[in-house]
Amino acid sequence: MVISTGMNAVNDDIVDINTPQAVPLANLPKRQTELTGNTVGNTHSDNPFMVAEDVNVYYGDNHAIQHVSLEIGKKEVIALIGPSGCGKSTFLRCLNRMNDTIETARVTGNITLDGKDIYRKEQDPVALRARVGMVFQKPNPFPKSIYDNVAYGPRIHGLAADRAELDNIVHSSLERAGLINEVKDRLDEPGTSLSGGQQQRLCIARTIAVNPEVILMDEPCSALDPIATARIEDLMDELCEDYAIVIVTHSMQQAARVSKRVAYFHLGLLVEVDETDRIFTNPQHKLTEDYITGRIG
Amino acid sequence: MNDNSTTRQKVEAGLPRRRRKEFAFKTLGMLATAVGILFLGVFFASLVADGWSAFKQTYLQLDIELSEDVIAPGGELDLAYADFDGLVRSALRKELPDASGRRDRRELYRIVSVGAGYQVRDLLVANPELLGTTQTLWVPASSNIDMLIKGNIDADLEEALRPVSDKQVAWVESLREAGRLKTRFNTALFTNGDSREPELAGIKGAVMGSLYMLLVTMMLSFPIGVAAAIYLEEFAPRNRWSDLIEVNINNLAAVPSIVFGLLGLAVFINWAALPRSAPLVGGLVLTLLTLPVIIIASRAAIKSVPPSIREAALGLGASQTQVVFHHVMPLAMPGMLTGAIIGMSRALGESAPLLMIGMIAFIVDVPGSLTDPATALPVQIFLWADSPERAFAERTSAAIIVLLGFLLVMNLTAVILRKRLERKW
Repeated sequence: MVISTGMNAVNDDIVDINTPQAVPLANLPKRQTELTGNTVGNTHSDNPFMVAEDVNVYYGDNHAIQHVSLEIGKKEVIALIGPSGCGKSTFLRCLNRMNDTIETARVTGNITLDGKDIYRKEQDPVALRARVGMVFQKPNPFPKSIYDNVAYGPRIHGLAADRAELDNIVHSSLERAGLINEVKDRLDEPGTSLSGGQQQRLCIARTIAVNPEVILMDEPCSALDPIATARIEDLMDELCEDYAIVIVTHSMQQAARVSKRVAYFHLGLLVEVDETDRIFTNPQHKLTEDYITGRIG
Repeated sequence: MNDNSTTRQKVEAGLPRRRRKEFAFKTLGMLATAVGILFLGVFFASLVADGWSAFKQTYLQLDIELSEDVIAPGGELDLAYADFDGLVRSALRKELPDASGRRDRRELYRIVSVGAGYQVRDLLVANPELLGTTQTLWVPASSNIDMLIKGNIDADLEEALRPVSDKQVAWVESLREAGRLKTRFNTALFTNGDSREPELAGIKGAVMGSLYMLLVTMMLSFPIGVAAAIYLEEFAPRNRWSDLIEVNINNLAAVPSIVFGLLGLAVFINWAALPRSAPLVGGLVLTLLTLPVIIIASRAAIKSVPPSIREAALGLGASQTQVVFHHVMPLAMPGMLTGAIIGMSRALGESAPLLMIGMIAFIVDVPGSLTDPATALPVQIFLWADSPERAFAERTSAAIIVLLGFLLVMNLTAVILRKRLERKW
């Protein structure tokens, strides 16, 4: 699907110009043989907090994620990378059961949070999402004031006993999201009046106001300029002292900068997981190497 | 380079044709708009031209002697049997003494409205001490005289071809010369119920009937419609059943309104034994009529709430109900309200279903409750349009102007509400 023989045959010369180190197609690993569903590298974490075992996701008849097993450590940043449509966002959305909202989606396998199955019957997805927060690709502040945006989570979960405590939570969340200096005089203004990067930090503040244990980030910087991206990345460095962060990203540089471990997805399979340094210097799998060197994607 | 220039030549060769097409299409569009505006202008102009005179009414001034001998022979005023018309008639005879003989007098009496007697009665009821005095009163002229004054009946026609006799024309002329005839604002049109006499007929009964019906419709169809839309959009599983429901709701919106009237007749009146001609039943029928409109508009409004807002709330751990009430409802409310008001204005203009449930009855009294017999504005318009008296023609147009005024106000409200509640993100 990703590697099209027809295209390469026609544009042979172009491929040679752009990627002089290109390997002839015949030398590329065949998917049928290489994509066996076995993950290479090391899916285990030293200090596992969220554990996915043999996770499959079906959208109707489409088997979107196949037999994925992955451990996510406490206070660790793990990056999910891979070409578009490889299932990394789908896997991310399994971790806080956001896939429940898609009617045709069906999830099998086991995902545990702190040793407890999050798909068990007694698990209320509402309670789960308070523990596993999420930041989305496009900044999506509510059309309410900055204050109300951050206060919304604590309000619905009843985290603050009175107004003073709520004020406190809002201020500290904005502070940790590095936004307080920019907005402290205009908390009553709508959250949508902020710039894109500020909006995304507002969304992060909103997420950490609920004090989750894991933060899922679905390409949080893809709509931002490089300066805003750098700020968010700095923020992640600070946040990982308290939270486990799972980030989906299309930017190899970002994965290299912020994450401790990297998982490479391909066509619904988890191909390789390892320490970030090893993935980028010595990938075990041919597909991983092709992707990080820019040959497929 | 050579390739580029030939490409440019080809593009330029095609340009005039493109411009011609664009011009033709623009002209067509402008023509279509102009035709629409023209029709609308003709419609409004004719409506106002026909209807504006109904807002005025001709009155005659009479010196009426409130003689005790005629209306209170025993010293007691008997409202049921006292001959108030007799007082008016004797005042007329005194004013125009040249009418002699029965035929003449009968013609003479016809220049004043039968409402004059009621006016005298009401005056005496309010002020009993006036008994025995002579009062100068302005009483309404009969509708034919009113038409004559307004020029709707041509006095130059042959006598046999007009409902006003030569003598009546002469009397009216002499009254006018004496300064005892004038036209002034027709308050009766707004304060009276229906009447067989055009000069006494008003729209208050119909307006109140319409308001009561709209009240019932609004109280029922908005909450039910919004609740149904929210359930179908946010909670209902997508399967064959919900598809079936969706198709049926869309079909219901297209069902001819008279069918809803039949349903109301069968269910609300025959089965549930609710009173006929009542605004309550009318409101229930109009609820059925507007529900699909409101459901469809509300679902569209809910669908237009960006999914990112839902995801944001869900991701924070809001329950489905919290997502709906905290985020979806406030954002969808302008659209829902607009749909509701558009449904309401459709209900206000509806007459066919009301015919089936007896709201076409001739009802003089202004309804005071949801179960009183009533008509509605569009039905009143139909009734008046159907009446033979010349004076009802202008009143029909006047009632249409009032109805359109109501519709305009409702639609303006919808626009203002939408502008006010709309939030940007």
